[in-house]
Amino acid sequence: MGRKITIEPVTRVEGHGKVTILLDDSGNVSQSRFHIVEFRGFERFVQGRPYWEMPVLTQRLCGICPVSHHLAAAKATDVIVGAGTGEGLTPTGEKMRRLMHYGQMFQSHSLHFFHLASPDLLFGIDADPAIRNVIGVAMKHKDLAVQGVMMRKFGQEIIRATAGKKIHGTGAIPGGINKNLSLKERDEFLKGADPLNIDKMIQWAQAALDFFKGYHSKNRSMIDNFAVFPSNHLSLVRKDGGLDLYHGVLRAVSPEGKKILNDVDYQDYYNHIGEEVRNWSYMKFPYIKSLGKKNGWYTVGPLARLNTCDFIPTPLAQKEFETYKAYTGGKPNNSTMHMHWARLIETLHAAEMIRELLLDKDLQGTKLTAKGAKLREGVGLIEAPRGTLFHHYKINDQDQVIMANLIVSTTNNNEPMNQAVAYVAKSEFTGKPEITEGMMNSVEVAIRAYDPCLSCATHAIGSMPLEMALCGPDGKIIDVKRKQG
Amino acid sequence: MSTSKSKTKAKAKHDVKAKAKSKSKSKSMKSSKIRFEIDGKECTAKPGQTIVEAARDNGVYIPVLCWYEGMEPAGICRMCMVKVGGRTMPGCTTPVAEGMIIESDVPELEDMRKAMVEMLFVEGNHLCPTCEKSGNCDLQALGYRYRMMVPRFPYQFPLRLVDATYTKIMIDNNRCVQCRRCIRGITTKDGRHVFAMTKRSGKSTIVADRELEAKISDALAKKAMDQCPVGAILKKETGFALPIGRRKYDKAPIGTEVHK
Repeated sequence: MGRKITIEPVTRVEGHGKVTILLDDSGNVSQSRFHIVEFRGFERFVQGRPYWEMPVLTQRLCGICPVSHHLAAAKATDVIVGAGTGEGLTPTGEKMRRLMHYGQMFQSHSLHFFHLASPDLLFGIDADPAIRNVIGVAMKHKDLAVQGVMMRKFGQEIIRATAGKKIHGTGAIPGGINKNLSLKERDEFLKGADPLNIDKMIQWAQAALDFFKGYHSKNRSMIDNFAVFPSNHLSLVRKDGGLDLYHGVLRAVSPEGKKILNDVDYQDYYNHIGEEVRNWSYMKFPYIKSLGKKNGWYTVGPLARLNTCDFIPTPLAQKEFETYKAYTGGKPNNSTMHMHWARLIETLHAAEMIRELLLDKDLQGTKLTAKGAKLREGVGLIEAPRGTLFHHYKINDQDQVIMANLIVSTTNNNEPMNQAVAYVAKSEFTGKPEITEGMMNSVEVAIRAYDPCLSCATHAIGSMPLEMALCGPDGKIIDVKRKQG
Repeated sequence: MSTSKSKTKAKAKHDVKAKAKSKSKSKSMKSSKIRFEIDGKECTAKPGQTIVEAARDNGVYIPVLCWYEGMEPAGICRMCMVKVGGRTMPGCTTPVAEGMIIESDVPELEDMRKAMVEMLFVEGNHLCPTCEKSGNCDLQALGYRYRMMVPRFPYQFPLRLVDATYTKIMIDNNRCVQCRRCIRGITTKDGRHVFAMTKRSGKSTIVADRELEAKISDALAKKAMDQCPVGAILKKETGFALPIGRRKYDKAPIGTEVHK
């Protein structure tokens, strides 16, 4: 008898989604889907608003990485006010934004690793859910929990100093920034009381990476073989091929490392990227046009970024990058759980970048904005913590937005997450008569590795519950297990 | 527009007359200081001063919304309602008289003011999180002053439009509280009013004279935005230029600039 298994809610991710797995009469997985079940409609209701509101308005999509939306929208409006694509800002304008962004990257990656992902690693995928959470981490691994909290706090303080508020600030404006960094603010980050200073943050980021590598060495089979599948990878890279999370050109590589998009200008992304709508999810499925809908899907985020870039332009992260690349013989890495490894290398890189920027006198400059001949359309791309984020606006003669297209990181990862769910479903559920909590969590672990922000992806609200149901071929529910988000 | 214009003119004339009357009264007192009491505090006023003005000079804050320093008072919003001899009257248009005993900071009036702020919030579409006037907005500041956690009245969600067809400014009717500060306070060098009301009752909105608006200076456009107590008048292309921390109400809540 065929069965349908529903997983709702999925926990320790941002937003609300569910998973359905269909089993055929012999108990084999015939279909699996990761559904995004909420809808917000930002692209529609920003229409009619003035373009300069976009950085502040669209960041309300998310409370975890609003800075990414804030900056992507600001970059799109830079184009509109004639300040160019990423490189036309004043040094103070661009570097303040970069500082804000790397602060964001540092805090978001820390949040994901310490608060969301570490319980699975520290306690095991099938451990008791009562302890397999951030409180459990705080009780059993106090030092690690404190590091996670303080690293997040440091990143958020950087955001506060650059955007005005830790969450939903107003720092980036069309053509630049609305404040510089005072020497007092700078010194608080450079020489702040232990542990809240940048040297300690670099040290802790390195320690988190060492912790992961230690875990990896003891659990190679799980980390290397969990949900491995070939994927294309896409991200921004610096013009010289270096990792750049704020600005660059669009590069995509195949599972074997062949360039599919060869460093193209993202202003005409729509010539290269298409979006497919499927009737069972509010989240679209982007694809690379030249490869078509079936084969053109791609992964974004830390794994993709370290697959597309040629090097990392900070010394400690570059050293780690070399070890990481050597592990796959220089080929693109397609292991889902290696996303945590890549994320921690980026965390270290973000900390190094913060130090480099803090030592730059341009942050105390007074020329904050740039302006040129106004355009009616602008595209802003940024590498958000979860991957490439697209903001595209068109305005009318009266400065009102008439079209908005947002492709958020998690939307880009829609198909890879579905692939990961399919992989786990096939390996965990095939022929199993009963659902266990560990089976449900293994599906979540695969989704969680992408650090998905489902609220952003669908422009949705709420926590992510997980419900799993066994249904007969007639749709009648045989067994249900439910968890709260 | 012509009807509302003439109404506005008539109202202004009435206010000027009232002021003149109170001035002549004061003259008979040979310009001596007027003694009055507000919330038990003994105060003095200059002849001709309204209750709101005199209270401010004496370090007593009476909440206002349509009143603006240096602008002819209009008595529209009723935030400044005070009690004089048991009667409630608008503090911004009532002249102080010798021996007046005024109540302002009393629970009955404060609750009424809070209710008015709440009504203004539900009557329009006020979305502070994305409004560029946030931090500089008098209505928002009053909401904080009265600790408006949840509105006690149902949201009206009126269908209102953004008029972006002007040259220097944009009028967001979602946020307009119809205080008429823009009508009274924004004039060209030759004294012509840039703003006016159009339509009637619940449908009335602020409009600008297109010819005049196209010619106003950036400074006057900024003044119109600054004088608007909410985010209904926006100067084009300059949003969010003032960082959080340096906005009007970031450091001190509304009223503290007066209250001693």
